[in-house]
Amino acid sequence: MFETIKKLAGSFGVSGSEEEIREVIKSEIEGKVDEIKVDALGNLIAVKKGSGKKIMVAAHMDEIGVMATYIDDKGYIRFSNIGWVWQYFALGQRVMFKNGTVGAVFYEQKLKEMKDLKLSNMYIDIGAKSREEAEKKVKIGDTACFVGNTVMEGNMVISKALDNRSGCAVLVKTIQEMPETDNEIYYVFTVQEELGLRGAKTSAFGIMPDMAIALDVTDTGDTPECELMEVKCGGGPAIKIKDRSFIAHPEVRRLIEDSAKKIGIPYQFEIMEHGGTDTGAIHVTGGGVPSGAISIPCRYVHSPVEMADITDIENCVKLLKQCLKG
Amino acid sequence: MLLKTLTQINGVSGSEEKVREYIKKEIEDIVDEIKVDKIGNLIAYKKGTASKFKVLLSAHMDEVGFIVTGYNDDGMIKFSPVGGIDPRVLPGKRVLVGDKGLKGVIGCKPIHLQKRDERDRNIKLKSMYIDIGCDKRDEAEKLVALGEYIAFDSKFKELGVDCIKAKALDDRAGCAIIMELLKNRYEFDLYASFTVQEEIGLRGSEVVGYQVNPDIAIVIEGTTCSDVPDVKEHEYSTELGKGPVLTVMDRTALADKDVLNFIYDTARKHEINVQFKKTATGGNDAGKIQRSRCGVKVASVSVPCRYIHSPSSVMSMKDFESCKSLMEAVLTELDNNNDYILKMLNGGSCNV
Repeated sequence: MFETIKKLAGSFGVSGSEEEIREVIKSEIEGKVDEIKVDALGNLIAVKKGSGKKIMVAAHMDEIGVMATYIDDKGYIRFSNIGWVWQYFALGQRVMFKNGTVGAVFYEQKLKEMKDLKLSNMYIDIGAKSREEAEKKVKIGDTACFVGNTVMEGNMVISKALDNRSGCAVLVKTIQEMPETDNEIYYVFTVQEELGLRGAKTSAFGIMPDMAIALDVTDTGDTPECELMEVKCGGGPAIKIKDRSFIAHPEVRRLIEDSAKKIGIPYQFEIMEHGGTDTGAIHVTGGGVPSGAISIPCRYVHSPVEMADITDIENCVKLLKQCLKG
Repeated sequence: MLLKTLTQINGVSGSEEKVREYIKKEIEDIVDEIKVDKIGNLIAYKKGTASKFKVLLSAHMDEVGFIVTGYNDDGMIKFSPVGGIDPRVLPGKRVLVGDKGLKGVIGCKPIHLQKRDERDRNIKLKSMYIDIGCDKRDEAEKLVALGEYIAFDSKFKELGVDCIKAKALDDRAGCAIIMELLKNRYEFDLYASFTVQEEIGLRGSEVVGYQVNPDIAIVIEGTTCSDVPDVKEHEYSTELGKGPVLTVMDRTALADKDVLNFIYDTARKHEINVQFKKTATGGNDAGKIQRSRCGVKVASVSVPCRYIHSPSSVMSMKDFESCKSLMEAVLTELDNNNDYILKMLNGGSCNV
C-alpha cells in the first residue's frame, strides 16, 4: 500500500494539468478492467462491465498548487493559487513545475506585519537572473505543485497530495484486487475537484449511475487545540454524513456502515464543516444520484505535510470492496 | 458601425430583448437556423460542408445595470444593482429608466452636508437614489413601475488615435465579433450563441451548453484591463493595445490546454500579438459551457476594456480588430487541421 501511495503522491497533477498522474494510474490498472477512457475534461474512467446496478466510484486525482501569472525583469515569478492555498502554508516552501524546475516561495520583505501576508505579495524564486532566463524554464500559465516527499513514520504516511492520492490509491488497489460483483462499476479518477468538483459533474453526466461513492480525505479533530471534530486518525474509514457540498443519502450511508460491520473493521462518522467532495456534484446529476462517501482521516490537509494512518487507508480498500458487492 | 450600434442598445441582464432582436435581424439571412430558447438565448447554426465536429462561439448580450426597487416620499427612485458594479463610480451618472428610456441622474447626499466620518467612507449604494425630476411619490409611481430596468446613459465616442469609449463593451464587443465571423462557412458545424444573464451568474450559458452539446467552445469577451497608475505591473490583468487576451485560468474555468495552445500557435503563425491575462479573478460563460453534459473543451479570447462595468469603458479598436482577425484565423486553421482536431477530441464525444 505504501509503495502505491508513494508512487501516486509523487506524480505531478495540479488541477488542470493531470496528464502525468493520469498516465501513472492508467498503467497501474491496465488489464484489470474491461474498458478505460478519457473524457473531454480529462477524467479517467475505468469500467468493469456487469449486469447489475451502475455504481460510480470517484476519487479526484488533481492536487492543489500554484500557477505562474507574471515574470519580472529580474526573473522572479508572481503566482496565483490553484485550489485553496493558504499563504502561511505556502511561505518558505518549495514548489516544482511540471518540467522539474524547483522554486522557493518567499515574500516581499518590506511587509511589516505577517497578518498582511497575501499570495499577491509573494513570489517564486527559481534562481534565474533575468526574465529571459526564467522564461526558458517557466511560462505564464504553467502550474507547480508543492514539494513534500512521501515517508512513513510509525503507522503514519506523511506526504504532499495525500488529498487525494490516498483516495486514488484506494481505488487502484480495489481495481487490482478485482472484487467479485455483478454490478457495473465505473471507477472514475476525476479532474479539477479542487476548483469546484468540475470533473465529477461531467463524468457523472456521461455515466448516469444508479449510485455513487466518493473516496476523499477528511479533516480530523485529533491535534493540539484544534477545532472540535469527531474524526481521528487510526479510527478507521470515516463514513460521511455531510459536508458543505452534500448530505449522504441515508441508504448509501447505511450500505457503507453495514459493510463495515460485516467485515469487522473500525469505522467512524464524519461531519465536515469546511470543504466538499465529488459527490457534491454527482448527486444532483440528471434526476439525482443516491450518493455517499468514504473518507480517509487526514491531518494538515492542503499543506505539504499531510498525514494519514496507513491502516485506515487499507481498511478503506476492504470497505469499498464490500460495498461494491452489495 | 456595428460595435457603435450594439453598445447604444440597452440590455441589462434579464431584459436583453432589444439586443437580441437587433442581432437576429442582422444575422438571420446568413445562417441556416436561428432560434431563441426558453430563457432568451439566441442560438444560430451554420451547417458545415463536411460536419466532422461542432464548434460553438459564444458571447453574452446582457450588460450590467440596475433595477427599480421602490420610491421615496420625495419622488426619488430606489434601485438595486444588476451585476457587479463599483458604487464609487455612480454619483452624478446619467441613466435611462425603463423601456421608455426615461432620463434620470444618480444622486447622493452632497459633500457639504456629509459629516466628517461620512466623507472618509465610500458612499454606500443604499444611500443613493435616482432623481427623475419628480418631487412626490405618486408622481414617480406613475412614471416608473417597480422592476423596470435601468441602464447607463452613455454615448459611443472615439478617443484619441484608436480608442473608443462606450458602455456595455462587455460583451457587445464579443457579439460584434461573432456576428462578423458568421459570414463565413467552414467544414465543421458552426454554432453561435448570444447568451442572457451572464453578469448575474452565467445563467444563459448553462443551458446553451446543454442544447448545443459542442465539441469545442470559444467564448469571446470584453475583459478587465488594469494598466493604470497605482497598480503594480504584476497586478495588471491585461494591457490596452497589446492585442487579444488568452485566459489560462479564471474563477470559473481552466481553459482546455489543447484548444488554448491551438489558438496561441495560430496567433504566432499569423503574426498576431496576443497577451495572457495575468490575474485569475472574474469569470465568464466558458465556466458553465465547459461543464455541460460530458464536458466541453473551452477557451476564452477577450478584448481588454479599461473601466469595465462602468458607463465609460475604454477599448482600443486595434485590439478589437486583431481579436477578430485572430478568431478568423483560428476558425480557418480548425478547418485546415481536421485530423489533429479529431485526434484531440478522441473519446470526447457525448452521446447521453
